[in-house]
Amino acid sequence: MNAKLVDRIATVVFYLITFLIVGILIGLIGFILYRGVQVIDWEFITEAPGSLLTGGGGVGPQLFNSFYLLVLTMLITIPLGLGGGIYMAEYAKPGRITQMIRTSIEVLSSLPSIVVGLFGLLVFVQYTGWGFSLIAGALALTVFNLPLMVRIVEQALTAVPREQKEAALALGITHWQTILRVLLPAALPGIVTGTILAAGRVFGEAAALMFTAGMTSPMIDFTDWNPASPTSPLNPFRPASTLAVHIWKVNAESIVADAKEVASGASALLVIAVLIFNLFARWLGRFIHARLTSSSKA
Amino acid sequence: MAQPLSNETVESKPSLSEELRKPLPKILQTERRGRILTFVSSWVLIVILFSLLIFITSKGIAPFIKGEVSFSNFFSTTWNPSANAYGSLSFILGSLIVSVCAALVSAPLGIGAAIFMTEIAPNWGRKILQPTTEILVGIPSVVYGFVGLTVIVPFIREQFGGLGFGLLAGVIVLSIMILPTIVSISVDTFQSIPRHIREGSYALGATRWQTISRLLIRTSLPGLMTGVVLGMARAFGEALAVQMVIGNSTNLPFDLFTPISTLTSIITLNMGNTVQGSTYNSVLWSMALILLIMTLLFIVLIRWMTKRRDQLQ
Repeated sequence: MNAKLVDRIATVVFYLITFLIVGILIGLIGFILYRGVQVIDWEFITEAPGSLLTGGGGVGPQLFNSFYLLVLTMLITIPLGLGGGIYMAEYAKPGRITQMIRTSIEVLSSLPSIVVGLFGLLVFVQYTGWGFSLIAGALALTVFNLPLMVRIVEQALTAVPREQKEAALALGITHWQTILRVLLPAALPGIVTGTILAAGRVFGEAAALMFTAGMTSPMIDFTDWNPASPTSPLNPFRPASTLAVHIWKVNAESIVADAKEVASGASALLVIAVLIFNLFARWLGRFIHARLTSSSKA
Repeated sequence: MAQPLSNETVESKPSLSEELRKPLPKILQTERRGRILTFVSSWVLIVILFSLLIFITSKGIAPFIKGEVSFSNFFSTTWNPSANAYGSLSFILGSLIVSVCAALVSAPLGIGAAIFMTEIAPNWGRKILQPTTEILVGIPSVVYGFVGLTVIVPFIREQFGGLGFGLLAGVIVLSIMILPTIVSISVDTFQSIPRHIREGSYALGATRWQTISRLLIRTSLPGLMTGVVLGMARAFGEALAVQMVIGNSTNLPFDLFTPISTLTSIITLNMGNTVQGSTYNSVLWSMALILLIMTLLFIVLIRWMTKRRDQLQ
């Protein structure tokens, strides 16, 4: 066979691979949305799941739990992640401790999420005595999300041009002031984009939550906003299943009459949420960048 | 500038130049506080990692130390908790085989897509495949599991008979899930190859395929392998998507169409249903320890490979 023909065939094969992958994605998203849209309506988004026998109802509490857990996780992760990222980008000197932190980041970010969930079960659920609770779930998700967050902040900070930092230091302001007033604002678009993408990952996580936040959702009363009350949606010590956990649970137990419908609708909600997170992250990053650069010119 | 000057003279403190040379204690204090604050937050990572390693290890080796389970019992293939047989070998093999197969399926596709993005259609190919892989990464694993359960399992059942659950379904689902990892690492590797190497090859009259197959793939082999191993590690630790399509029977994983189990699937299914402190429950923690050790081994392997790649370049 001559070389040109082989080259043609190879090119065709590469095109086929690309079309296959894009096709898989379109098929996947199309299937999920098509199946989901038939189920999703206002009632599905707001109502609690119906009884086991009759089915019906929706995923209102689960949807709320997903968002609330995300907020709790981010409340813990963002300050710690900023601190860790700043340290790694600005203060860390090459040495044993820095090396150890780097290794920790690497190992923690490649741990299977089920292992993180089991660690959460051991420490945040059993050892603290909180039982299955939102706060245990949020801490487990922190274990899972923090290394990513530190990396995002570090990368965003090191991407700031060196000249900006040098100019700030040359003006006589201190290192810490340089970090707060010059480097962080300049790194903000990258940090924000990365954080929202990480949030999307947290939003769909289930394996780390099954044994920490629990798989059940007791009745919650959406008129009671006192965080100390056991039926309040804001109470961080109540067990709560999220959307992703709920999908797994209705499928695994398969006692619920309308498991397939619930799972279709919830999957579509999850995918829509992840797509929105993706688009929003990009848009917000660009928006902040535009605002910062234009305001600094003025 | 005039105001502080007059202030200083009125209070008749040590000379102005001296005063300016000495930083304010308050500034020094915030400086130090900032440093400590960030240092502590980065230490959190070390604390988390070590407590995780210690907790899981001590839980995992407990049944062996207490003598509830012997090594030969644990590493056998008979799983029958009611008869005190806790053989987990078929689950370990199940995890290994399903992730290796997924990596084997995914590697040619992912590397092919990376070649398409860097060598064949760098402009529009990248514009299509970049967002594609990003969205594939973003889709939650339960959603993959659910689609596998509603599309792939029935499809296998109709085409090949049997239940549909099993190794093949697991491999298909996982190979799609790890595709983005392989694609993005491969793209990075191909991009790190200098342009002049390609130009030299083309100048010698080689076709594009000859350049790709004899030059690019060979030079970037260590990098490509890193991507594949990373994908394999991800597949090994994946729990819910696998559990939903693998079938959850205790068969040995040597047939594409019989339902099997993996370490992750058996842990997910049973951790909630077994009594704390029972041998059954403790053995599940031992499996979690195996999962942890395997992850660490994958990390060591990847480190070794990247080091080798850096030496080669």
